[in-house]
Amino acid sequence: MAVLNKELKKGAKGFLIWTAVIAFMLSVCVFVYPAMKDQMGEMNEMFANMGSFTAAFGMDQLNFGTFIGFYGIEIGNVLGLGGGFFAAYLGITMLSKEEKEHTAEFLLTHPISRVSVLIQKLAAVMIQIVLMNVITFLFGVLSAVIVGEDVPFKELILIHSVYLILQIEIGAVCFGLSAFVRRGSIGIGLGSAAVLYFMNLIVNISEKAQPLKYITPYAYAKPEDVIQNMSFDWLLVGLGILYGVVFVAVGFIIYGRKDITA
Amino acid sequence: MAIIETRDLTKYYGKARGITELNLKVEEGEFFGFIGPNGAGKSTLIRTLLGLIKPTSGEAKVMGKPLSLSREYLEEIGYLPSETTFYGDMKVSELISYSAKLRKKDCEKEAKALCERLELDTKKRIDQLSLGNRKKVGIVCAMQGNPQIYLMDEPTSGLDPLIQKEFFDLLHERQKEGATIFFSSHVLSEVQHNCTRAAIIREGRLVAEGSIQSLSGSNTKNITLHGINYIPDDISAKSVVKMQDGISFLYQGDIRQLLSKVSMLPITDMTINEPELEDVFMHYYEKGDE
Repeated sequence: MAVLNKELKKGAKGFLIWTAVIAFMLSVCVFVYPAMKDQMGEMNEMFANMGSFTAAFGMDQLNFGTFIGFYGIEIGNVLGLGGGFFAAYLGITMLSKEEKEHTAEFLLTHPISRVSVLIQKLAAVMIQIVLMNVITFLFGVLSAVIVGEDVPFKELILIHSVYLILQIEIGAVCFGLSAFVRRGSIGIGLGSAAVLYFMNLIVNISEKAQPLKYITPYAYAKPEDVIQNMSFDWLLVGLGILYGVVFVAVGFIIYGRKDITA
Repeated sequence: MAIIETRDLTKYYGKARGITELNLKVEEGEFFGFIGPNGAGKSTLIRTLLGLIKPTSGEAKVMGKPLSLSREYLEEIGYLPSETTFYGDMKVSELISYSAKLRKKDCEKEAKALCERLELDTKKRIDQLSLGNRKKVGIVCAMQGNPQIYLMDEPTSGLDPLIQKEFFDLLHERQKEGATIFFSSHVLSEVQHNCTRAAIIREGRLVAEGSIQSLSGSNTKNITLHGINYIPDDISAKSVVKMQDGISFLYQGDIRQLLSKVSMLPITDMTINEPELEDVFMHYYEKGDE
């Protein structure tokens, strides 16, 4: 567990910063809800007239006038983008940083198998993602209680869970990619997350782009669908999990065979 | 028993040559030197033995185990890379402790003793250390677990002479306890003074292997002839160096035949010396010499 402990310790500062920023933004969104609640009728009408822009962000199916509707839209931006980028950053740097910083040689000349290194590093990515989500969920609940809203626990758990799955998928995909890259890894990770996000915007506004929903995890991480159905789109979620597993497996194979150059 | 053995070990990085059909045996308990200039393939061999890079062809065994089981024999290997790079944000003590944890050993006492002997400040951060001090950290990490084999890749670069002496004292102590030392270097004097056997690598191929005595001595002599500035074709001379008042060369063969031929030349003086390892090394690295 030495590698896992070291990664968690080394990543603690970055983890705290990302988590604090995401939790803060989430809380701010909840805190402004009471002030905006009275104007929501007008806002719903305004968004209804914005056509495909509204559809792109899934605002055509959520009611801003309800707390969960408002929360669903805001969390989509905060946890979807912020959390997604955090997961991508964690995943893409976890392996590549050892080669980029020339420390892979030090690590892998100890009596520890590459598989063990990979498992512990993957665990470090997943633990940080899960912890970040638990903390942001607690902040979401706490903020709702503070502003005096009834907390719709079931809906909140479902929404947060779907974003947790999204982040795990992005983290796993980037972790797999991390086995291939040495330099420019952060750009590749964050770029991949951004591409997946914009892919979903296109899916939302264009019928022709529907096949892309089978690629991007943002297609299943839609609070509006989750709240309406009180369930996930298991086909898309299953595909997402499959992509994550495949990328991790490929990463294991590649990293197990690759030459570690000085 | 051969503790390190390679058979036709070859490594190419794409089209670039690393090592070619390398056959080498290092016996248990030896202090073995691996000599070659930069780019000759010294680090490639060591990194292949460590399992960091996969060979293109051929095979190797360490402690009787093939490269595919490198994780098992890495427990008994202390490795010092030529360029020591560690996690810059860690303190020296944290890094040494991390290395021990990766070995699943409690090396606190040993690490402390090594740090004292090498005069290493464990409270500093790695990124505040000079090259020499980073090297010391590498030495402590490599030696603290008392492994059976020490793979040292140009270990003395960056170390001051006093610490170099302490370092070699440590290695000799470990050798007396039964450990095998394999170290690569292009500093020939340190190989000559410390090793029992050595091998010379040139452009990825092993060109000579043997005891230090046989490598630097054998029947090779360093001949200097004064009064002439040429060598007749019938004298087989290597590493020829022209001087102001004569000519110097390495000669391998029957010394009586040489004397007979030299007696016919208008020389004013002649000296015959045992060559330094450096002379032999230069001999192997002469252009066009195979």
